[in-house]
Amino acid sequence: MSKKITSVVVFSKEEFAEDVVIGLEVHCQLTNLRTKLFCGCSSEYRGEQPNTHLCPICLGMPGSLPVANRKSVDDAMMVALALKSEIAERSLFFRKNYYYPDMPKNFQITQYDQAGGIPIASGGEVSIQVNHENKQIRIRRIQLEEDPAKLVHLGSIDTSPYTLVDYNRAGIALLEIITEPDLKSSKEARVFLQKLRSILEHLGVSDGKLEGAMRCDANISIKKGNRVEIKNISSFKEVEKALNFEIARQRAMNSRGLKVEMETRHWDDVKRVTISLRTKEAEHDYRYFPEPDLVPVEISKEKIAKISQIIPELPDARLDRFVKLYKIPSYDAGVLTSDKAMADFFEECIKLYPDAKTISNWMMTDLLRWLHEKDIEIKEAKVTPQHLVEMIKLIDDGTISGKIAKSVLPEILNTGKTPSEIVTEKGLLRIASRKDIELLADRVLIENPKAVQDAAVDEKAIHYLIGQLMKLTKGKADPQLANQIIKEKLKKQSKSN
Amino acid sequence: MKKMVSISEKEVEHIAWLAKITLSEEEKKLFTEQFNTILEYFRIIDELETEGTPPTFNVQNLENVFREDIVEPSLSREYSLKNASKKEKGYVKASRII
Ligand SMILES: [Zn+2]
Repeated sequence: MSKKITSVVVFSKEEFAEDVVIGLEVHCQLTNLRTKLFCGCSSEYRGEQPNTHLCPICLGMPGSLPVANRKSVDDAMMVALALKSEIAERSLFFRKNYYYPDMPKNFQITQYDQAGGIPIASGGEVSIQVNHENKQIRIRRIQLEEDPAKLVHLGSIDTSPYTLVDYNRAGIALLEIITEPDLKSSKEARVFLQKLRSILEHLGVSDGKLEGAMRCDANISIKKGNRVEIKNISSFKEVEKALNFEIARQRAMNSRGLKVEMETRHWDDVKRVTISLRTKEAEHDYRYFPEPDLVPVEISKEKIAKISQIIPELPDARLDRFVKLYKIPSYDAGVLTSDKAMADFFEECIKLYPDAKTISNWMMTDLLRWLHEKDIEIKEAKVTPQHLVEMIKLIDDGTISGKIAKSVLPEILNTGKTPSEIVTEKGLLRIASRKDIELLADRVLIENPKAVQDAAVDEKAIHYLIGQLMKLTKGKADPQLANQIIKEKLKKQSKSN
Repeated sequence: MKKMVSISEKEVEHIAWLAKITLSEEEKKLFTEQFNTILEYFRIIDELETEGTPPTFNVQNLENVFREDIVEPSLSREYSLKNASKKEKGYVKASRII
C-alpha cells in the first residue's frame, strides 16, 4: 500500500463546531482477565519478552480449537448493563479475514452486525457533561473480539524500514464499543472517553491506566462532507490531538476549494499528523463469515438478572452521592468522578480529614493544575491522600502558610516525600521567633542605608524595608511581627542619631 | 443453463492482492475460470427454496461452551517462531504495513 504525507496544516483548537460529526470505535482490553479470549495464554504481556505468550490456538496452528473465556462474557454483560445496552439472547462469533501480519491466523475472531451476525449487545448511551451541559452519546453496539499483535516501528511508522511483530497481545480479549456519530468536537470526544473509562474502571473490567489498554478509531466529517476514518489512536490523550489535526486539515481543504476524500487515515503519533492509507480494501473484502470453531453464546434473563446484582456504584451515582453527602458543587463532583482514582483519592482524604469542601478545593485547583502541567494522572503522581491531609493540617496549626503550601504540593508530586519532610528540608517553617526576626531585620537595615534615611520622612521607605525582610525570609516571617520589629528598630536608630 | 460470467480477471487480481500473492497471466485466466465454475455450483444451491428456514451457522447444535479463566503454559519462543522466515531480537520481522 502506498502512502502520502499531507502538508502540515496549522494546529487549531476548536471548542465548538456545529458542522463537525464524530463517531468513535473504542477498543478496551478486558484487563481483569488473566488469560486471552480463546486460549489459556497469560494476558500479562506488558514488560514481557516478545513472542513468549503463544500457544497453538493463538498462533492459529492447524487443528487447534479456540474456546471462549467464560469471564469475558460476564465482563461484556456488565459493560452492556452499565451503558444501558440491550444484551442479545444469542450472539455469534465471526471471522474477519485480512492479510496483515498483526494476526498470525490471517483472520481476527470478532462479532458482526451484518450477514446474519449478532453482536453481544446493541444500543445504549453514555451521559457526558461538556461546558456545564449534559448530553447523551448513543452507543450503537458492543462486541467481543481479539486484540491484534503489537507492531513495533523504528521511529515514525512512515519512515521505519520494516515492522517487528510481537504476538503476545494477539488474542487478548477486547471489547469494542461503537458510538453513534453524536460527538461534535474533539473536546466532547475526550470527555466521552474519560467518562467511558471511568465507567469501565468502576466496573473493574478494564484499567485504562495500562499502556494500550484503551485505544480508538474515529470517524469524522465536517460540513456534511465525506467521512474520514482515523485509525491507530493509541491512547485517550492522543484522541484530542488527532481529531484537532484532522478537523484543521479538512477545514484547510475546504477553504482551498478541495474535496475531502472518503478514506482511511493513520494517526502518526511521532509526527503528529494523519497519513492517508490509500487502502484498496472495502468492507466486503474482509469476507466476514461465522466462525465454525466456536459455538453461539446464549444469555438467559436469569443470567442478566444475576449480573445486574453485582454491578457496583457507577460514576453518575457516585457524583450524586458526592453532592448530597459531601455538599460539594455538582461540577466538582463531576470532575472528581470522571476518574475513578481521583474519586477514590478524594474519599480516602475525607476518611482522614472530614472537611470535604477543603479537600475538594485543593484537589480541584492546585492538585489538578499540577497534574495537568506535568501531563500525568493521579496514580502516576507520588502524592497520597495522607500527604494532602498532612499538608492541610500543617496549614491549620500554623506551621506553614497557605502560600507556602502551594509550593509544597508540586514537591510532593515529584518526590513522594511527606509535607513535614519537605518543610523541614527546605526550611519552610514559618518564622515566628522575635529573636530570629530581629537578627534578620538588623541585616536589612545595614544593607539598605538609603531607605533607612528616607524612612524618617517617607512611609513608603518603611514598607520597602519590611518588604526586604519578607523577601529575605522567602515569605516565611510572620508578617505582623516583621512589621513591628522594623518599625521599632527604625525608631531606636532615629533616637540614637 | 445460461452461462453467466460473474468473476472477471480484474476481480481475480484484486483477490490476489488481498491475499498478498502474485499471479502469472496464465494463472489469472485459470483462476477466473475455476472461480466461475465454483460459483455455478452455488447458483444451483441458490435455486433451492429456503424461505422460512432459519440459516445454519453452526452444525454442532451446541451453545455456551466456555473455558475458565485459568492460565496455562505457553510454548517456548524458539518453538513458536520456528516457522517465521525472518526474525529479529525475538520479534517476527515483516514488511512495513501501512
Ligand atoms: Zn495462546
